[in-house]
Amino acid sequence: MSALLEVSGLTKRFGGLVAVKDIGFTINAGEILGLIGPNGSGKSTVMKCIMGIEKPNAGSVKLSGTDVAGWPTHRIARQGVGIVFQHSHPLQRQTILEHIKLALLPDNLLMLATDHGVTRRAEEIAARVGLAAVMHRLPRTLPFADLRRLELAKAIARNPKVVLVDEPFAGLTSGEVADFSNLIASFRADGHAVLLVDHNVKGVAALVDRVLAMYLGEYVAEGSAEEVMRNETVRRVYLGGKIETAARPDRAGKDRTPLLNVRGLGVLYGKATALEDVSIHVGEGEFVSVVGLNGAGKTTLFNAISGLVPHSGSIEWRGKALAGKTPGGIARDGIVQCPETRELFGDMSVRENLDLGGQHQTLQEATKQLNWLFELFPILKSRQSQAARTLSGGEQQMLAIARALMMKPKLLILDEPTLGLAPVILEQLSKAMETLRQTTDITVLLGEQNVTFALPHADRVYVIEHSRVVWEGDPGRFAEEAGAGYL
Amino acid sequence: MFRSRTFQIAVPALIVMALLPLGVGGYILGLLTLAYYYAVFAMSWDLLFGFAGEVNFGPSFLIGIGAYTAALLNHYWLWPIPACLIAGAFAAVIAGAVLAVPALRLTGPYFGLVTLVAVLLLQNMIVLFAGITGGEIGLDLPDVLSIDDGTNYYYALVFMTVSGAILFGLAQSPVGLILQASGQNATEAAALGFNVAKHKLAAFCISAFFSGLAGAMLIFYMGTASVGTVVEIAVGVNVIIAAVLGGRRTIIGAAVGAIFLIGAGELLRPLGQLATFVVSAVALVVILFFPGGFMGRILQSGGGE
Ligand SMILES: Nc1ncnc2c1ncn2[C@@H]1O[C@H](COP(=O)(O)OP(=O)(O)OP(=O)(O)O)[C@@H](O)[C@H]1O
Ligand SMILES: [Mg+2]
Repeated sequence: MSALLEVSGLTKRFGGLVAVKDIGFTINAGEILGLIGPNGSGKSTVMKCIMGIEKPNAGSVKLSGTDVAGWPTHRIARQGVGIVFQHSHPLQRQTILEHIKLALLPDNLLMLATDHGVTRRAEEIAARVGLAAVMHRLPRTLPFADLRRLELAKAIARNPKVVLVDEPFAGLTSGEVADFSNLIASFRADGHAVLLVDHNVKGVAALVDRVLAMYLGEYVAEGSAEEVMRNETVRRVYLGGKIETAARPDRAGKDRTPLLNVRGLGVLYGKATALEDVSIHVGEGEFVSVVGLNGAGKTTLFNAISGLVPHSGSIEWRGKALAGKTPGGIARDGIVQCPETRELFGDMSVRENLDLGGQHQTLQEATKQLNWLFELFPILKSRQSQAARTLSGGEQQMLAIARALMMKPKLLILDEPTLGLAPVILEQLSKAMETLRQTTDITVLLGEQNVTFALPHADRVYVIEHSRVVWEGDPGRFAEEAGAGYL
Repeated sequence: MFRSRTFQIAVPALIVMALLPLGVGGYILGLLTLAYYYAVFAMSWDLLFGFAGEVNFGPSFLIGIGAYTAALLNHYWLWPIPACLIAGAFAAVIAGAVLAVPALRLTGPYFGLVTLVAVLLLQNMIVLFAGITGGEIGLDLPDVLSIDDGTNYYYALVFMTVSGAILFGLAQSPVGLILQASGQNATEAAALGFNVAKHKLAAFCISAFFSGLAGAMLIFYMGTASVGTVVEIAVGVNVIIAAVLGGRRTIIGAAVGAIFLIGAGELLRPLGQLATFVVSAVALVVILFFPGGFMGRILQSGGGE
């Protein structure tokens, strides 16, 4: 039988950079192909070339035998290709249901009224992906996982023969990953061809029929998930080693005034409670992890500390109340947040973004810090002059972390730093945190739902659920006392 | 739709407007007539900005093309008014399309710049060919819509109501949804199978049609076509302020803004130069503190639709 999707000799250059080099594969109906590779290896670019969002420099993309390489995106979409983007950018003023309806509409200038069939169908799809309860709400009021569900819902609505899914599991908890896996498996059951990219190796391996590994834009290996994971190069450049728990030296002065002391914090978004009576403290030099599912309130807590959202209760920094300080003032006091949303300056280069972070230091200090960060994230060094907006998802995450570190914070707040990072980078980041702990007096507050990363780096753990702190304790006790739902 | 808040506001307002000639004098009617034409300008502009996401800095390019086409046909060839109106509207669509096809390929502020330059070009052309176009002084028209204030008022009211209903209906329809998606995120809209350029071009042509038609009607109401009333940048600026003031993405809000702007300008006329200042200041305050505009505010406090 002929393959639904047949890619061969695909090549894409951005200036001097060859992002994709001579990549080829086929996917049959009812088959899922996993595409793995370190950050910046060209996976998203392959998808964009298939979808026509980027024009390939060479190669062919055949859909049931028709070569669509170089066609405009909307024609490729109508030929039967759908994409779930790595990042969700929902429309601001349309409800969830309207988003799904939109995906159901034909490209017709004379569509002046929708029939009831469309609305009913949209409601069915919302129910299928688990959005039924929130379908009349606006995207900005929804938690991250629901936005990802919306992207899947749009793909289901379009009912494409070939589905490209870019990092569906990033930022999701294990329960949500299982949900999403089922939805993606249902594409296969319906006879679609699926191309799946994700850094959640376990999630990918359980779902796919075959795996293709890439590195620096080039083919590395192809075969069953097991075969590919055993491949020497894949292990070295992608999987890396296990994240180790380093021995924790006992901290002296545990009962001195804590560096950061949050008491009875409450935050309301309109009428909805985002945080209620939250109290946490972080001692000097301590590494504290805040664990919680999506929407539990971690980001809100960090934003309150950084002075970005109004709150009740008190926040003390080195014994002095932070109330009344501007976010800028708080940052200058040494509290630096690396937000989940990254907040990079998209049109500025990688180097400019980093230099901005190092602005308050002497040139010498800044250069030293910069060199250390380039050692930590070598790919950033080679991308110095590239606009931040065009970086791959994982590269953007690295840049956000690096920029925060450039500011040499006293207290570094990392909100979901592992989002979209390849396993090997997680290992590097993990080692870097260990180095930081040993060589500097930095204090870290880490928000994660990826507990395999959060636990090894914590002296102490808080668990936030439904806007409240429900558990506090030693990482060693986490698994038995609070681990259900996270591990 | 008939229970929507916009509808609940619009219908009583229209009834009051329809009854106005029974109670008020010719002077106020004249003012409102002008305001209603401006309302159509502003609503057409809102379709393009509020929905397709494209900022057209030169609404008076489309208005002016419509107006001057109609004026020239009437002045030199004595075409009847309905024929002139139709010709004006279509001329605006054609000119708009010629401008939009290349301009829509540009992103960001460049589209706006192109539209701005187009206005200056048109204005220069008119002045340059003053022998034909009447230049700065303007072109007298042999025909006028009517010499009766009441009749003129009703022409404008009916025209505004019909145009508003069409533009509003369009904005609420599936095509309006596709247009919003194209405006907010073109890549994703394309990935859903929508030809973004086609939809934006269509929106531009519809906007051009109503702008051109309204421009043509306006000059037949005034009896003369001049750069100052239908082409100058200031005309376009007023249209934009009206639309933003009334509430972006609401269509109806643009009409409210236009009526407010013209009305306030007139009420404050005794203040002389100060009047423009006061109106601009009010506009600034509204835009800065209530970015949703008048209608955005009202529709929101009512819990949406
Ligand atoms: N428009 C662009 N201009 C220049 N370079 C680009 C552009 N788009 C992507 N790149 C570069 O091409 C490389 C491949 O990017 P791509 O997004 O395909 O990576 P990826 O494999 O999806 O990585 P990740 O796992 O981090 O998402 C990256 O190094 C990126 O910086
Ligand atoms: Mg990617």
